[in-house]
Amino acid sequence: MSISNIFAISGSAMSAQTVRLNTVASNMANVDSVASSADQTYRARKPVFSQMMNDNMKNYGWSNATIDESGAGVGVKVDAIVESDAPLQPRYEPDHPMANEEGYVFYPNVNPMEEMADMMSASRSFQTNVEIMNSAKSMMQKMLTLGQV
Amino acid sequence: MAISFDKAFAGHDKMLGFRSARAAILANNIANADTPNYKARDISFDGMLANEQAKLKLSATSQSHLSGGSSATEGGLFYRNPNQPSLDGNTVDMQREQAEFAENSLQFDTSFMFLDRKISGMKKALTGN
Repeated sequence: MSISNIFAISGSAMSAQTVRLNTVASNMANVDSVASSADQTYRARKPVFSQMMNDNMKNYGWSNATIDESGAGVGVKVDAIVESDAPLQPRYEPDHPMANEEGYVFYPNVNPMEEMADMMSASRSFQTNVEIMNSAKSMMQKMLTLGQV
Repeated sequence: MAISFDKAFAGHDKMLGFRSARAAILANNIANADTPNYKARDISFDGMLANEQAKLKLSATSQSHLSGGSSATEGGLFYRNPNQPSLDGNTVDMQREQAEFAENSLQFDTSFMFLDRKISGMKKALTGN
């Protein structure tokens, strides 16, 4: 039954969007985390999404996903969380307790505007998947009432 | 005369199967709205019909007869033509997918209603009141 697949599909999308929201929260929390050297500084983290096919759906723990004979993929997964390559912000603050010998402190490459936009996009996508799951639920509940009148 | 459920349901039961399969494919498109390089897919009723017809074989009464019937394609599944593909190679148009999903669930309800009425009609014929 493909309707029960929808729960796994939307569920995987909701968990992927939650990971995305988590990275946004982490980035925003660390927006002012300074360090004395470039390699110790926090870098903005971004999730990489990829399409899930039947076999890795099962490996992912969505055991209720049935074999989809039409061959379309089922759901989405977070492939990796990568750190942004954007340049860090060294600032000349010689009085700062974390300043290095030259008087610089390194600020993370988190862009708060970008993060806020990402947050809105993630929560909208999450909401859409909740709606899809609700529709699937009402379709399934309706199926149970077949021939009851 | 035996009651044939296949004839009585007039294909509405098959239609429910098609609608739920399509709902899963559209849900998958929406789930992958933020996946780079994902291409939106869909199935059409015509595609499914052609696919089923391709499975029909001509009867071969002589060795020189051709078997007929081509091999089935990939379940009638096709890729969407994007209106405006994004830079990351994703072709999901969220508004379109939501509209298609809403339309599909309405058509699911329609098929369900037809099937339900067929069953209550049969019940009425059996009980006679």
